[in-house]
Amino acid sequence: MTTSMTQLLEAYPLMNGLSSDAIALVAGCARNVAFEPGALLFAEGASADTFYLLRRGHAAIEVHEPGRGQLVIETIGPGEVVGWSWLIEPYRWTFDARAQDSLGAIAIDGACLRAKSLDDPAFGYALLQRVAGQILARLQATRMRLLDLYGEANER
Amino acid sequence: MTPVVHRVVGRRRETDDVVTIQLEPVSGTRLEFRPGQFNMLSAFGIGEAAISLSGAPRDPGPLRHTVRDVGPVSHALCQSDVGDLVGVRGPFGSDWRIGDRSEDGRDRDTVVVAGGIGLAPLRGAVQELVAASRENGGRVFVLVGARDPSQIIFNEDLQAWADDGAYVDLTVDRASAQWSGRVGLVTTLLGRAPFDPARTRALICGPEIMMRFTARALVDMGVDQRAILVSLERNMECGLGWCGHCQLGPFLLCRDGPVVAYAGVVSDLLAERER
Repeated sequence: MTTSMTQLLEAYPLMNGLSSDAIALVAGCARNVAFEPGALLFAEGASADTFYLLRRGHAAIEVHEPGRGQLVIETIGPGEVVGWSWLIEPYRWTFDARAQDSLGAIAIDGACLRAKSLDDPAFGYALLQRVAGQILARLQATRMRLLDLYGEANER
Repeated sequence: MTPVVHRVVGRRRETDDVVTIQLEPVSGTRLEFRPGQFNMLSAFGIGEAAISLSGAPRDPGPLRHTVRDVGPVSHALCQSDVGDLVGVRGPFGSDWRIGDRSEDGRDRDTVVVAGGIGLAPLRGAVQELVAASRENGGRVFVLVGARDPSQIIFNEDLQAWADDGAYVDLTVDRASAQWSGRVGLVTTLLGRAPFDPARTRALICGPEIMMRFTARALVDMGVDQRAILVSLERNMECGLGWCGHCQLGPFLLCRDGPVVAYAGVVSDLLAERER
């Protein structure tokens, strides 16, 4: 028995609380993809037309710094979302995303999802709430790391 | 309480600013301790500092202390060499209560979350937990956060614990592309670890902000906050609860801590702004 795209999507935290009709709308924009270790999911500056829900493996969000090479900003694991730039104009990736290992994901067409959101604002709002929740969690974690918690210490 | 003179019998550099020293008493028997407790170590002529024990009671041999070079005393301890003498008072304080059984007596999951040098006071607990897991069941999850890959301590132990069946996961705040592990906040490891929140106890040690966010995340996942222990430190001096320098709210941490339950007053204290 094969698992339908709708069933696959239902397992993701991003879909929590969405109606089955709404998940079916997302499924209509989704397909399964695979990446070899080291392959780019997307590259900085490229058009942000697709984002990914990871099924297996890990993706590294990277940026290139002249003289220091590729720096890993964050790694994303199964169940998590890779890519937000499909949501906000100018729809262009700000970082690279690279498969750290053999990676399986659901690729979702951002333009397709934006069009469905315009047609059905209630769906669009529900989706946006969930995406915003994930962005918030990621932002808070990033702020924590900016504190350089492990760097500070004194003798007690 | 007079320091007992110990001799440095082993020294190991863990990172560029962290050293583990092994101590044997010059005379007499080795001190008995429980994981999570600390000793006051004297660098003669310089001063005294509270340093956690990083060994396990079940391991024979010298006392282990893992020290980060952050001040005059810890600098002297980190610089000490085999044969040097160090004063030891202790052990002091509370422990990780790893022998406690769950209320229904069944095995439970233990999630150990460490940030940076915070793995040192947890090392002995993990050694005991992994051994107990082999003998009596109960899963052990060790989640470690560090500034960057070069700052991860006890790499060999982490591998050994994983080989012995523990779930071990690491993350760092920053890394080059050569690092094939995780990059992100230590709390991001919680969602990936397959423990059962309803049957979990947690031991957390690291910077207080990290412990606060980790404890909150665990509670949000469904872990009973009464089953969460954190390790707190203030200015430990006498080690006996007499001088009051380590007071935090109702606690004298040298006596009532460093390991305290997160539930109740500690969760408020961790969130309280110092006045």
